[in-house]
Amino acid sequence: MTTDAIFQLGLYLAVLLALAWPLGAYLSRVLQGEAWGPVRLLAPAERLIYRICGIRADEEMNWKNYAIALILFNTLGAVAVYGLQRLQGGLPLNPQNLGAVSPDSAFNTALSFATNTNWQGYGGESTMSYLTQMLALTVQNFLSAATGIAVAIALIRGFARHSFGTIGNFWADLTRCTLYVLLPLSFVLALVQVQQGSIQNLKPYQDAQTLQVTTYQQPKNDAQGNPLKDEKGNPVTEEAKTATQSIAMGPVASQEAIKMIGTNGGGFFNANSAHPYENPTPLTNFLQMLAIFLIPTALCFTFGRIVGDQRQGWAVLAAMTAIFVVMVCVALYAEQQGNPQLTQLGADQIASAVQAGGNMEGKETRFGITASALFAAITTAASCGAVNAMHDSFTPLGGLVPLALIQMGEVVFGGVGSGLYGMLIFAIMAVFISGLMIGRTPEYLGKKIEIFEMKMTALAILVTPILVLVGTAIAVMATAGKAGVANPAAHGFSEILYAFSSAANNNGSAFAGLSANTPFYNVLLGIAVWFGRFAVIVPVLAIAGSLAAKKRLAVTTGTLPTHGPLFVILLIGTVLLVGALNFIPALALGPIIEHLQMLAN
Amino acid sequence: MKNHLRPALMLFGILTLLTGLLYPLAVTGIAQAVFPEQANGSLIVRDGKVVGSALIGQNFTENQYFWGRPSATGPMPNNAANSGGSNLGPTNPALPDAVKERIAALKAAHPAQSGPVPVDLVTASASGLDPQISPAAARYQVERVAQARQLPVEKVLKLVEAHTEGRQWGVFGEARVNVLQLNLALDKLMS
Repeated sequence: MTTDAIFQLGLYLAVLLALAWPLGAYLSRVLQGEAWGPVRLLAPAERLIYRICGIRADEEMNWKNYAIALILFNTLGAVAVYGLQRLQGGLPLNPQNLGAVSPDSAFNTALSFATNTNWQGYGGESTMSYLTQMLALTVQNFLSAATGIAVAIALIRGFARHSFGTIGNFWADLTRCTLYVLLPLSFVLALVQVQQGSIQNLKPYQDAQTLQVTTYQQPKNDAQGNPLKDEKGNPVTEEAKTATQSIAMGPVASQEAIKMIGTNGGGFFNANSAHPYENPTPLTNFLQMLAIFLIPTALCFTFGRIVGDQRQGWAVLAAMTAIFVVMVCVALYAEQQGNPQLTQLGADQIASAVQAGGNMEGKETRFGITASALFAAITTAASCGAVNAMHDSFTPLGGLVPLALIQMGEVVFGGVGSGLYGMLIFAIMAVFISGLMIGRTPEYLGKKIEIFEMKMTALAILVTPILVLVGTAIAVMATAGKAGVANPAAHGFSEILYAFSSAANNNGSAFAGLSANTPFYNVLLGIAVWFGRFAVIVPVLAIAGSLAAKKRLAVTTGTLPTHGPLFVILLIGTVLLVGALNFIPALALGPIIEHLQMLAN
Repeated sequence: MKNHLRPALMLFGILTLLTGLLYPLAVTGIAQAVFPEQANGSLIVRDGKVVGSALIGQNFTENQYFWGRPSATGPMPNNAANSGGSNLGPTNPALPDAVKERIAALKAAHPAQSGPVPVDLVTASASGLDPQISPAAARYQVERVAQARQLPVEKVLKLVEAHTEGRQWGVFGEARVNVLQLNLALDKLMS
């Protein structure tokens, strides 16, 4: 790890805090229904939306109604994304004449974008029309993010209120998040992206006349257009020449901005944030990393403000930051060390003033090692899943970091909203464990934690590991599952484990060598993203409803303080313990054994 | 359930139009008015023809040009309509095989260089479209290009230095050289 890497990490965290603090204050105002500051100008639009839709924003819902509205709304979103993909061939804004997406891929993408996962089994520039990118995918980037924030704010209300029957109005929460938070932030980031070089147009792909002729092997197809294969099953190719480079275009910057701010992560292009049009400069890379953690961090402050004790927000943020810093340092170190085999072959992997060095397979020159490893840890600590380097080509330990961060349940900052509500569930778990140790009924923020809350907490914590481990087990036993693997031995197992971890925890990044655009993976991973999202949200809302109805207990000498270092350590311990118990055996079979094999060679 | 249906449908419709049509079109309008060059791909025009983009790497194999990062896109390298990396794992034997072949080819083409090869010249980029190489990788190729173009080494070296970008704002990212722009400058020098 270089001194520059330590400086970059420190700078990142400092700028993040400086931006998230005021945003946290802003969020606590607008999410409580106050149109404040310059966004007052949008208040008439908000009222107009309510009038058209027949929504009475001041009429609150109990948790069951809140959950029904939320699931209904997100199901509608999934149906629309599916429909647009299937019909895009006959719809406008399709200059490349891309045809309908296959039913299984469309199913997977619809569920994945409606759940804030944004797993990509497809390559954007070769699959999706501009209309689909905008009207289906960009929309879900906004709405799934707004859904996550709505659930978090409902849970915060559960803690802040007492003897209350309701937890808010889902329609109003959704509208306010979109209108006052996500749209303005995205608008600003999108324009900065364009200034730096991101494209934003509706033109057909541009042909460039290259400086020299390129000779390459073109796969041969039979009369039906299927690839020809020789007796050994290898594709038959013929030599071809070209002096033209077809350059993909599209409305990239607008989708890029919300992709990061909403911790969505589904790229416009196949290469995601590694593509120079999505992430043209080191500055856009820094801004994208900030955008991923911005709302998750701000929501910690919002939480502290609304429950009336800012130290509670700082405690949660401290636990998240501690885990993050340790994990990111492992990734920075492992990637900068490089691949010992390449040094043996005569490649120079040593960092100097004239090169980044390190493991550069699957990385971009402008980002080098530091900005790639930092991005990888950020995008997986948060449930973003955008990538600016190919995680599949990371060193075994460098690849273990994103995998383990995902498996911790996306609570280290986590997705917008989902990170905070996930971490608060772990906080409930932590006070429960400490309550058992000292023999008192556990309480958190003045609310007694009882049987119902603990049942729901157990459900919310256990759903995703079950989806991950059962899904992985099915895939490694099925022929169709093993067929997708690209890399041999332990790394192939890691590819499958990563896919299910990413899907069930709604991350969306991949060890992308896995050929997951098959009916087998599209269906199985589609199921994982859906239940990984809503089978957690429903218990969280149930807890919110139950807590809101409870009386508030007075603080006594017997109350465990939940704002000090002791609680922070307890919370970190709970997250690590649950993650370790669930996943260490699987990790041992994947990245850990691969690391030992690499050293042995 | 039933009383949720109308707000759900209507709100979904309105927010779809707002975030999926109005927002991207507004960004497009402003981008095209204020930053038209970037918004349309930072394309480079020479003699009235588009010869590439300042942000998209091109395939170079001729001795008279500087070479860029290896590209894993298919079917041809640097396919800007099908981006992506190799996704080769760190212990996959295919990775050292490919690197070995690239190192052998580079050593054969650069007899003036005796040291190890800068790693970015022998590893595939993440996008397959990386427009840049490290200053070390550019320096490695100077003698070959100078010889092929029958230029003094000093002159080519100066050109490389003029095309070397430091860290952005002195802080972010890594130092780098844009290969297409450097090669265009070389062509210009000769004409």
